[in-house]
Amino acid sequence: MSTAADNAPYIIAGWAAVAGGIGAYVAVLVRRGRALSAQVPADRRRWSTTPAEGSVR
Amino acid sequence: MTAPATSDAELAPAPAAGADGGPRGTGSTATRALGAVVLAGAAALAGLGLFGTPEDVVQGALVRLLYIHPQAATTAYIGCFLTTVGSGVYLWRRSVWWDLVALASAEIGALFTALALITGSLWGRPAWGTYWVWDARLTSTAMLMLLLLGYLALRKLPGDTDVRARQAAVLGLLLLPNVILVRQSVVWWRTLHQLPTLDVTGTNISGLQLFTMMLGFAVFAVLFVWLLMHRFRVAWLERQRDEVLVDEAIRARVAEGSGR
Repeated sequence: MSTAADNAPYIIAGWAAVAGGIGAYVAVLVRRGRALSAQVPADRRRWSTTPAEGSVR
Repeated sequence: MTAPATSDAELAPAPAAGADGGPRGTGSTATRALGAVVLAGAAALAGLGLFGTPEDVVQGALVRLLYIHPQAATTAYIGCFLTTVGSGVYLWRRSVWWDLVALASAEIGALFTALALITGSLWGRPAWGTYWVWDARLTSTAMLMLLLLGYLALRKLPGDTDVRARQAAVLGLLLLPNVILVRQSVVWWRTLHQLPTLDVTGTNISGLQLFTMMLGFAVFAVLFVWLLMHRFRVAWLERQRDEVLVDEAIRARVAEGSGR
């Protein structure tokens, strides 16, 4: 029977793949959002209001 | 006065002001709160999953993959389910909102399908002696991955946005039947992959192991919602940017014509 030490690389690789994959996707998503919001006028951002309109919901 | 009321109140970010007074990025009070829940949940899941739970009598330490692998697969199923629903509603009502929900869900679904395949392969090597085998569950999951990649590739093709959305929606309808095929593959065909650990008829685990597994499902579910909100907003901004570019091009052409 294999020991915990034998299986450790597979377990670590599995958890690292999940954390790394999700972390990388989150980083790309947040950066894309920031870059895009700079290219779209505030009044065309569906959830936003203009400064004159004050705060949103 | 606020922006027009929408059916997606939960998708509304707070005004973390940018240079023009509008929100910067896709974050909001709701996503920040959800993000904090995900981080706390993920820390607890990692602590319990990697150190706090006992080893399994049969699987040994490999049981620690039970706290991420089925969760990744289930989150992928949720993404596919929502893509099919969004596609159906788009075809029925031509709702841009649902089209973007379908697109966002498909991309997140593809991410989690890939993670399910990777963690599954890493589990298969020590458990079965191989990273890959043409087992019914693995093969049907690979088919699902290809379908998702095809859907996302179709969305990126140049051309009319509405035509592209309609074509993608037709493809999106195929995702849910494929998920049912993946889910039932271990029941319909006796193959190498084990039967579901959790089933309506009962569970094969208990105590802290069961708690950690359920915690994993909860953390991944909240993470899915968080990702969906951000990805939806990115898709919305992309659409708005394209419309801005078209408007500017039309204005430039009109100005050019009137200047002659």
